[in-house]
Amino acid sequence: MRHLLSAADLDRAQAVTVLDVAEQMAATQRREIKKLPTLRGRTVVNLFFEDSTRTRISFEAAAKRLSADVINFSAKGSSVSKGESLKDTALTLEAMGADAVVVRHPASGAPHRLAHAGWTRGAVVNAGDGTHEHPTQALLDAFTMRRHLVENATGADLAGRRVALVGDVLHSRVARSNVLLLNTLGAHVVLVAPPTLLPVGVEGWPCEVSYDLDATLAGGHGDLDAVMMLRVQAERMNASYFPSVREYSRRYGLDARRVGLLPEHTVVMHPGPMNRGLEISADAADSPRSTIVEQVTNGVAVRMAVLYLLLAGARDLAPAGPPADEVALTEGVLP
Amino acid sequence: MTARRTVLEAAEIRRALTRIAHEVLERNKGADDLVLLGIPTRGVTLATRLGRRLTEIEGRPVPVGSLDATMYRDDLRRQPVRTIAPTELPDGGIDDKVVVLVDDVLFSGRTIRAALDALSDLGRPRAVRLAVLVDRGHRELPIRADHVGKNLPTSLSERVRVALEEVDGTDEVRIESDAAEVSA
Repeated sequence: MRHLLSAADLDRAQAVTVLDVAEQMAATQRREIKKLPTLRGRTVVNLFFEDSTRTRISFEAAAKRLSADVINFSAKGSSVSKGESLKDTALTLEAMGADAVVVRHPASGAPHRLAHAGWTRGAVVNAGDGTHEHPTQALLDAFTMRRHLVENATGADLAGRRVALVGDVLHSRVARSNVLLLNTLGAHVVLVAPPTLLPVGVEGWPCEVSYDLDATLAGGHGDLDAVMMLRVQAERMNASYFPSVREYSRRYGLDARRVGLLPEHTVVMHPGPMNRGLEISADAADSPRSTIVEQVTNGVAVRMAVLYLLLAGARDLAPAGPPADEVALTEGVLP
Repeated sequence: MTARRTVLEAAEIRRALTRIAHEVLERNKGADDLVLLGIPTRGVTLATRLGRRLTEIEGRPVPVGSLDATMYRDDLRRQPVRTIAPTELPDGGIDDKVVVLVDDVLFSGRTIRAALDALSDLGRPRAVRLAVLVDRGHRELPIRADHVGKNLPTSLSERVRVALEEVDGTDEVRIESDAAEVSA
């Protein structure tokens, strides 16, 4: 593994390795001394062209727990707001000796460009690009599911588990990465959303589609093991995708009644930040089945695992990433 | 052609472990405060066996755990990335205990150096000792074992393979070399 750009970069064995390493990283985070010397002397740059608090501090905590030096670069108030291009920013970071670049960018495909244009020798980690992908979120979601749903988790995948992703699939990079990764891990995915919030070409994704949340929760696509609510991304909506907030909430919001439809063991997930009262009600979000806070904790362990696997080994022994021209940048179409 | 030579057979491994068990107890004047920590993978298997013997001899359980030192190694950047094995400390921890690290082969000493670092992040033992099944020499650091199953003079071109029933299906220590010549 040279970069982590898409959840599709990982085959089953690699994905399980990331989850297994994350399990050991999580164990170290329960100790009194949480810092490990593993990446001492390495530099990780958080390159954030889009606002993000939780993902950035999660990566920052992960890198610091592994003793890497962390440089935070956010576009606001930087030379980017003076018109600097991605290329020049990348060349600057390369000149500063970045071993890994964690990039979040509003344009889908920016991390691919960064990884394959030859501007930087560092490993590139996609921390969310446009409406395209967010692979570390998918990994931490899979990690959380595996912990709750699989006994003797080490080495195991999610074969046979059923997961519903509910809500704004169209604007969700989390949904796309989750569909890809869950499929790789053998889980069965159902997308539940109004037709206006599903991307073009969704019928080609490796999952089922439902427009009726109640029917799906009640077992219309088999007993669910996890329900993941997606944030309604109002900031990316330049048209009206549903008639009113109230109608959306009534048809696609998760509340206590709908949680009651689910089997006993089903976990309720949300990648955050939540719109309480819109896609998820407070009593669903705070219910004992909710793993929402745990997902944040797991995020640090999973990102430690990703940084460890990308940076700890000898560079020249790592297999090369896929060539840039194989990568589909089109929104709505899976690579 | 790979030349193979068996240097320890199942019975010899068994006798070596029994002797180490008695040595550990003699040195520690009993099983008080003893904690065995195996270094994955085969060190954990050996620690488990050693713990069983100590329990038989002393008639009370001796805690056994595992200590993975991968994230403390100084050669991570020279090798392909390694996966990480679990570190499991027995209940009661290691503070003020006498920790006996157990590994299969003592070679450069770098694994033990990393394990000592890992240990100091986990607690403060009263003393740390080292038990190994095979000492093959070629130390690169000032580290020595307190209890050795067998001293095995080797050349740097040879490889020492420890196979254990629980992991490999058979008990055996052998020396492999690519060249046909076999050193004493």
